[in-house]
Amino acid sequence: MAGVTGLRARLSARPERALRGVTLRWAVAAGLFVVVSALLGLALGPVDLGVGAVAREVVSHVPLLGVESSFSDTEDAILWELRAPRVALGLLVGAMLASAGAGYQGVFRNPLADPYLLGAAAGAGLGATIVIAYDVGGDGGLELRPAAAFVGAMAGVGIAYLLGRSVGGRQTATLILAGVTVASFLTAVQTFVQQRSAETVQEVYSWILGQLETSGWTDVLIVLPYAIVSAVALLLHRRLLDVLAVGDDEAASLGIPVARVRLLVVAAATLGTAAAVAFSGLIAFVGIIVPHAVRLLAGTSYRVVLPLSLAFGGGFLVLVDLVSRTVVAPAQLPIGVVTAFLGAPFFALVLRTTRTVGP
Amino acid sequence: MLRVERAGVALDGAKVVVEVGFALEEGDWLGLIGPNGAGKTTLLRAVAGLVPYTGSIRIEGDEVSALGRRAAARRVAVVPQIPVIPPDANVLEYVVLGRTPHLGYAGSPGPRDVVAARSALARLDGAHLADRRLGSLSGGERQRAVLARAVAQDAMLLLLDEPTSALDVGAQQQVLELVASLRADGGLTVLSAMHDLTHAGQYADRLLLLDGGREQASGRPHEVLTEQLIARHFGASVRVVRDEEAGIAVVPLRPQIESGQPVP
Repeated sequence: MAGVTGLRARLSARPERALRGVTLRWAVAAGLFVVVSALLGLALGPVDLGVGAVAREVVSHVPLLGVESSFSDTEDAILWELRAPRVALGLLVGAMLASAGAGYQGVFRNPLADPYLLGAAAGAGLGATIVIAYDVGGDGGLELRPAAAFVGAMAGVGIAYLLGRSVGGRQTATLILAGVTVASFLTAVQTFVQQRSAETVQEVYSWILGQLETSGWTDVLIVLPYAIVSAVALLLHRRLLDVLAVGDDEAASLGIPVARVRLLVVAAATLGTAAAVAFSGLIAFVGIIVPHAVRLLAGTSYRVVLPLSLAFGGGFLVLVDLVSRTVVAPAQLPIGVVTAFLGAPFFALVLRTTRTVGP
Repeated sequence: MLRVERAGVALDGAKVVVEVGFALEEGDWLGLIGPNGAGKTTLLRAVAGLVPYTGSIRIEGDEVSALGRRAAARRVAVVPQIPVIPPDANVLEYVVLGRTPHLGYAGSPGPRDVVAARSALARLDGAHLADRRLGSLSGGERQRAVLARAVAQDAMLLLLDEPTSALDVGAQQQVLELVASLRADGGLTVLSAMHDLTHAGQYADRLLLLDGGREQASGRPHEVLTEQLIARHFGASVRVVRDEEAGIAVVPLRPQIESGQPVP
């Protein structure tokens, strides 16, 4: 017996490497996906700039390469003043929503968790609407929007979590039902606030449905710090989310301060959600579609799911935005409508494969 | 190495463990027995530092409640009664989770941790399971993976909460033999709650009988596993058989009806 064990041990003693997180192949694939979606997002629209020309224009800004851009001043303005901020915002918002979804799923051990379904997005919407409608801080509340959205989103997720726990313990569906309940209530309050303020109702209405319309680079620059903080905090916890997969009790017996980790991850995911909602309104299901697609294709460890969700989430939303502004051109569909159109069937699929999850 | 003195735990105001005391030296195996709800699991959780307690629980001289979570996890490994199994993780990834208390907050397991995990698996005759999905394992294989995770934790005290409750008799025996061998060649100290009294008597070198959260008896297996004590605390009629080879066997008897006739 001991001899067999020894032999087995020797056979498996190939050179050890650390357990891989993201493999090189997936890192390259994710990078390519982001670059290609960004180029498409920059090139296509009412004026077709051409993918090759856009690539040349972008490269021409890299010093020492000696590449000349073929763009006129108008095309240059369309690219850098209209489309580039929009693509950048899309990358940030998509990355934040997808990684927030992955974070919520890990921390609540619930595959159906999503910023939209947990009440976080609705809370953020309410917070931002109040700031816009009452013009808090001037400037349409632009600067204060993310902070107000964060307060609202934390409240939404907190209430949903407490409600879900008080009702049904660990059932997968309970948390989501609680989240949907909280979301409907907060949305009702949000609509009330929105309708009371006649001057801003149009602005709020077009924003809340989900859009990536920017007023240039300002929005992007306001969102950027939130996105960085959220992404870094989530990435730092990616391995701990794998530990949480064995349950609070076992994670604690493995030396994890469970309550603190949960609070930090929820705060990071909610911060990302809030910043995304503050500028792009309610965009549903990105937090479900992207992490689950990553799980299916690349692996289930959060050391894989979180970084890849950031990248694929960003690229995905840029492509969705492209669809939303071309499919009924010259009109635009709210981007949230497109994600819901894709996401609802996807959610049903995830629901079917996870129905056995529970206590 | 483990010293428990007048330990008490109250959950939601109810006293679940009351004034329990015992001491373990390195390499000991103490079996906790007692009916359902006797406080065995809660006592184990207190020793692991997972619930607040009164009295004193010291590991190598340090009070468990004063150790940080991470420091406690480096000294005490827990195999819960019903482990939460992430079905899609593979066995090696799962065993590497045992290295958590040895990693920094945001650290990642390195090659050394993978080596530790593989050798833990090998010690449990599970090296061939490394690449399998947890969801595809049999009950016995899964329990070996869980034990391997605890071994990879590199703690000196192993707490087992009814480690064999979901297993068939063959797998039960295998798992207990593996624990016995870990103890024999690793100097591991074991504290386990056990349902099967025969196994408790065969594997643990001392037993502690809990009922209503209190210690009712403790000592060598033959001192604790008596027909009277088992009748009183488990409400079971049993015959305790002493066999040269098997040691002590606790055999349940069909209860007699009042007339003294066996139930047909």
